[in-house]
Amino acid sequence: MFLINCPYCGERDQSEFSCGGEAHMVRPKQPTELSDDQWAEYLFMRKNIKGVQFERWNHAHGCRKWFNMVRDTSNDKIHAVYKMGEKPPVE
Amino acid sequence: MKNKYSIFSLIKNAFSQHENWKQAWGDPKPKREYEAIIIGGGGHGLATAYYLAKKHNMRNIAVLEKGWIGGGNTGRNTTIIRSNYLWDASAGLYDHALKIWENLSQELNYNIMFSQRGVVNLAHNLQDVRDLKRRTHANRLNGIDAVWLNTNQVKEFCPIINTSPDIRYPVLGGTLQRRAGTARHDAVAWGYARGADEMGVDIIQNCEVKGIKRNGDQVEGVETSKGFIKTKKIGVVAAGHSSVIANMAGLKLPLESKPLQALVSEPVKPIIDTVVMSNAVHAYVSQSDKGELVIGAGTDAYVSYTQRGSHDVVEGTLKAILELYPIFSRMKMLRQWGGIVDICPDASPIISKTNIKGLYFNCGWGTGGFKATPGSGDLFAHTIANDEPHKLNAAFNLNRFVSGDLVDEHGAAAVAH
Repeated sequence: MFLINCPYCGERDQSEFSCGGEAHMVRPKQPTELSDDQWAEYLFMRKNIKGVQFERWNHAHGCRKWFNMVRDTSNDKIHAVYKMGEKPPVE
Repeated sequence: MKNKYSIFSLIKNAFSQHENWKQAWGDPKPKREYEAIIIGGGGHGLATAYYLAKKHNMRNIAVLEKGWIGGGNTGRNTTIIRSNYLWDASAGLYDHALKIWENLSQELNYNIMFSQRGVVNLAHNLQDVRDLKRRTHANRLNGIDAVWLNTNQVKEFCPIINTSPDIRYPVLGGTLQRRAGTARHDAVAWGYARGADEMGVDIIQNCEVKGIKRNGDQVEGVETSKGFIKTKKIGVVAAGHSSVIANMAGLKLPLESKPLQALVSEPVKPIIDTVVMSNAVHAYVSQSDKGELVIGAGTDAYVSYTQRGSHDVVEGTLKAILELYPIFSRMKMLRQWGGIVDICPDASPIISKTNIKGLYFNCGWGTGGFKATPGSGDLFAHTIANDEPHKLNAAFNLNRFVSGDLVDEHGAAAVAH
């Protein structure tokens, strides 16, 4: 349980948000040319990092906008929040 | 058995004020090399070691545990055991486990307090009714006991449930598996540890795995907080930390680790003599032998390794509990905790070889692994010893995420895992 600083609305309770999983996973440009292994990699395989992870969040019970977040999954500390399309911060 | 527990040993030890019981398992230093190493000293890992030694005669093996045995999800779950899964592959897997549970106390000479008190799964809307009825039929075709109860029969079976049609999610019926029930989770870990130790398995606690050494496609050993240990076979049973170990070997798994919470109330006199689960409102409850209500809540919807979980999840579960059981409205909750569960996209486990030789994974049990502990250990031991899956866990391979042959219990079975 933690507070999230929505880039559009400001600080709100985490229960207002929904997590969209790992960020910066690019949808394949040519889906027809993907092998089964590549599809599995895109659809199912996850880094599932214990530590600093980049993820997508949605302010579902607020402005309903998507944004990115850098969070340490070992202690739920949020290091950075940035809008979609912005470059991820370098640690 | 060098230290068999019986009524006679109990009487004998009573004379010395129970101060001379032998340690149930040792505290060995790691050897330089083992035939196989199991990473993770929870129920599944200890069971794997036990069956490797017992059925496959692999005695020169070790279980490495980062903390203390049974201190992870084995000691954090709500101890529910059942096998009423929809698909054939799952039914085979979980009922294999249930059959072992039925004789496990005798086999281990250790009272795991297995209690077949029945598990009820409630239906709260018409789709639940259809799904659960379908599941009872599927169960019976697979030789698993299952009956459908209508609202009145649910009330008769568990009188404290509020079956009023006026509540937000009324009880429209439910399924009952009478062979299902609960067991004492700690005792399962301790019983397997004692059994494995007796056959010569080294159980090494406070030994964290820091790296996996590979030579090309073959594992060579593990780097640990107690030094390097050589081995040709590694079985990883690390639950929520499976991905962390996989990353050490340069492997990615289809898992997400999330906190799952449970809580217990103050102890009270017997009030509920069965286990009642409800998937739609995500609440399940049973009563421990100490008298505490054991309540299972849901997972947080984001990856976290914090072993605590969010307050709103517990709040949601208790709301549902209070609507279904108004009699609990003034109960006080004593403890709340979280365990990190590794969830697969299809909510079925992985008991599988990998494309690295000598590296095996038993993971992805998500929110419902305890019930499978003996079966999981047995089948994983078979997979490690023979380098081939048993027919009961063949469907639970890693390759299913490439082939698309998923065992999709999540959507289809209406099960609260």
